[in-house]
Amino acid sequence: MATKLSAAQLTPVLHLVTCGSVDDGKSTLIGRLLAETGSVPLDTLDYARRTRRGGSTIPVGEIDYSLLTDGLEAEREQGITIDVAYRHMNLPNGRRVLVADSPGHEQYTRNMAVAASNGDVAILMVDAARGVRAQTHRHLTICALMGVKTIIVAVNKMDLVGFEQTVYEEISGAVRVAAARLDVAEVITIPVSAFSGDNITVESANMPWCHGPTLLGALEEWEPVPTEAAANGTEPFRFPVQFIVRAEGNFRGYAGTVVSGSIARGDSIVIADSGRPAIVDRIVTYDLHTDGHIKDLDRAEWGQAVTITLDREVDVTRGDVITGTAGDSLEPADRFAVDMVWLGEEPLAHGRSYLLISGSRSVPATVTNVRHKIDVVTGNHDAARILEMNDIGRVEVATDKPVPLDTYAVCRDTGGFLLVDRVSADTVAAGMVAHPMRRSANVKYHDYAVDHDARKLLMGHDAKVVWLTGLSGAGKSTIADAAVRKLHSLGVHTYVLDGDNVRHGLNKDLGFTPEDRAENVRRVAEVAKLMRDAGVVVLVALVSPFTSDRRAAKELFNPGDFLEVFVDTPLAIAQERDPKGLYAKAAAGNLPNMTGVGQEYEVPTQPDLVLAGNGDLDVAVDELVKAILGE
Amino acid sequence: MTTSTVPYDAVLDELEAEAIHIYRETAAAFKNPVLLYSIGKDSSVLLHLAQKAFAPATIPFPVMHIDTTWKFREMIEFRDRRAAELNLDLRIAQNLSAISEGVTPFSHGTHEYTRLMKTVALREGLDRYGFDAAVGGARRDEERSRAKERIFSLREPGHQWDPRKQRPEFWRTANTQLAPGQSMRVFPLSNWTELDVWKYIERESIPIPELYFSKPRPVVERDGTLIMVDDERFPLRDGETPEMRMVRFRTLGCYPLTGAVESSADNMTDLIREMSGSKYSERSGRLIDGEGGSESMEGKKKEGYF
Repeated sequence: MATKLSAAQLTPVLHLVTCGSVDDGKSTLIGRLLAETGSVPLDTLDYARRTRRGGSTIPVGEIDYSLLTDGLEAEREQGITIDVAYRHMNLPNGRRVLVADSPGHEQYTRNMAVAASNGDVAILMVDAARGVRAQTHRHLTICALMGVKTIIVAVNKMDLVGFEQTVYEEISGAVRVAAARLDVAEVITIPVSAFSGDNITVESANMPWCHGPTLLGALEEWEPVPTEAAANGTEPFRFPVQFIVRAEGNFRGYAGTVVSGSIARGDSIVIADSGRPAIVDRIVTYDLHTDGHIKDLDRAEWGQAVTITLDREVDVTRGDVITGTAGDSLEPADRFAVDMVWLGEEPLAHGRSYLLISGSRSVPATVTNVRHKIDVVTGNHDAARILEMNDIGRVEVATDKPVPLDTYAVCRDTGGFLLVDRVSADTVAAGMVAHPMRRSANVKYHDYAVDHDARKLLMGHDAKVVWLTGLSGAGKSTIADAAVRKLHSLGVHTYVLDGDNVRHGLNKDLGFTPEDRAENVRRVAEVAKLMRDAGVVVLVALVSPFTSDRRAAKELFNPGDFLEVFVDTPLAIAQERDPKGLYAKAAAGNLPNMTGVGQEYEVPTQPDLVLAGNGDLDVAVDELVKAILGE
Repeated sequence: MTTSTVPYDAVLDELEAEAIHIYRETAAAFKNPVLLYSIGKDSSVLLHLAQKAFAPATIPFPVMHIDTTWKFREMIEFRDRRAAELNLDLRIAQNLSAISEGVTPFSHGTHEYTRLMKTVALREGLDRYGFDAAVGGARRDEERSRAKERIFSLREPGHQWDPRKQRPEFWRTANTQLAPGQSMRVFPLSNWTELDVWKYIERESIPIPELYFSKPRPVVERDGTLIMVDDERFPLRDGETPEMRMVRFRTLGCYPLTGAVESSADNMTDLIREMSGSKYSERSGRLIDGEGGSESMEGKKKEGYF
């Protein structure tokens, strides 16, 4: 059995991100670096000797290094780029380099953010003939934002500027000035020519004035830049629980990876989610003793995947984070200021419920506010209401329940999260927590003695929320009106939240864009929840065209307390009725966001009830009243 | 600045921890995951890592083998022995209609044979048991088109791989959510190299089939490739007589489609020495990728192959 060495002490794997475009000669540089460190199989090298792109001046038989990192057939056919290619390289000192190589064409910010999210070191390419450009600033900003601590600036194409020292000095000076305003710990500049191989792995004979390392040399000399906490030995312990291991003999262990700090047997810990304390009883791995028994560890360091058992029974579920005590602990919060990279093709919608995933934790969350957009070239903060694909901005995020998230600067794994669209399941954003805004401990939920059950007894009937969705002109308000008259005559306390009516007051600040519609639905759902709690049967008549918004509304309620009712009327009939003249306006081009015309109506896939909006009104009302009374 | 030397074991430790992390996420996040077991060295490592990930409990999901009926006999013996030793819940998927129609590597072209016996069998197997995540041993260093493969690789309804739908992978956080009809392929060995796999097998004493080690085996040479005559179904051409040569296999698959290499490496030390000296990618010995090179691998992936 091998001796286990501390990963934290050695950093056996260096995560490298490469920034630059084809024009900068990036593929040639990466290709040469891979080839000259023996990291490319011979058959791939053969391919790069035989194959030639149109217009290539490299003689057949010599390696076209740019072909070693060539794209996929599918990318060429469809004119798309898949965000990141992952390659490996071995350094002469035994360290492994995992290269995240992001293609430098479109979708720039998004691709670079992905590649940089795990990066320790970035190679940033600057074309010596063109100097520092907007994209140089863009690369620096994104690397700094994603937490890359070391930047190696490769000033490439030195052969095109006659290997002039002054050109190099000017560029490296300008990059250092630009990096100084960002949170980057280390900047190394190297003059290179990827095409002719100067200063890549071999010192350049053309630049005797250069005394620094080659690119490979700089990678070899790299040591992780310790955070302040790491330098003081006070890195907080973070252990997100992935899986509960249950085995014979009442074994119950919490499996996960140490993503920050370290832990030893006998240490005090806290379950950050519940605040419950415990003591680490065992640190279990699979590795066997010579006597055949499972061998425990005394200590687990950053990067190790282990299973922890505790000295007492505490409630721990997948997604919870185990932390150290006192200064190392982490309080839950439900509002966060976040730097967000928007990845989705559809823009951010305020008030829409997304799934927030951080490690093994997932919780519904909404973006409640966009404070500003960041201009990645100038660093300026621009006013913005929404974020679109490739935008980076500072936003406010509210989670449905309090969760312990770190700030990103403390730990990437527990301070970074994804937002996932709840219908398509696509990843739409990556968030980096800047700081928690409201520790949930400050906003307690007060329990009152007169509760819903007490009010229900006084009312003499159950309270429900009945959500009528359908096209404008489908008959939602008409049906609601008739149903409420009938219920009222039966002694049932009712209220109708009508889409048009709430827009006169509560929601008069909202328009009809998808993000405003999401917020409209959220507010109406929250009001309906309060009224139901007061004991009232609430009928909501609201177009609410989007599945994800309706689902978010439904999730505020216990099963059975919320009925989704689809008023199904063909668009042609709704247009013919056009009680408010809206379809006519839309046809004239005056209402671009009209549901069914400029915006899609997403038909409910599993409604609790479907009412024919073009049939007999009495039949529809009877059906609805029966459903409400549970008959 | 001083440069420290990183021992190979430290690299393996980090790769191991990453793979275990991926396994645990898969077991917890999906309703019905499965380990695709192809009996070779990568599968052997995968099985070993699955044991480690859930210890002291046993592997919490079944293991499925896509059996084309043309695997080396030794592979099937090895599979059944390991399944018994580890008490695995072993499922076997076969394309029975293709088998009954008499599809063989000789009757159909390599591409069509692979599509029917591997890709279709895999899709049917996944559908029959309703597996929503399948763990496989693919590595990014295997072949050029794999460099863009994700650790959590999304498949659309019908097991289609759509390059545009692949999800960005940040930190250790994976989006394991599935829309209706979607499923996931999961590759814990993504960042491993072929040499890593061998070094790890040696370090952890992981059992592998004897076919990886050299010994005299009956082979014929066809179009420059040495093919082992593993059973009587192999149709010898006129003038072909199997001869005994010292050979071993770098990858294992269907015996009529797997090229042997002449070698004297009959133990792990020699094998790793030979491996470290080899500068060709391992798939250069596999006829299955032969039609159209690396881009045909991409084509097979779109059809639902691994």
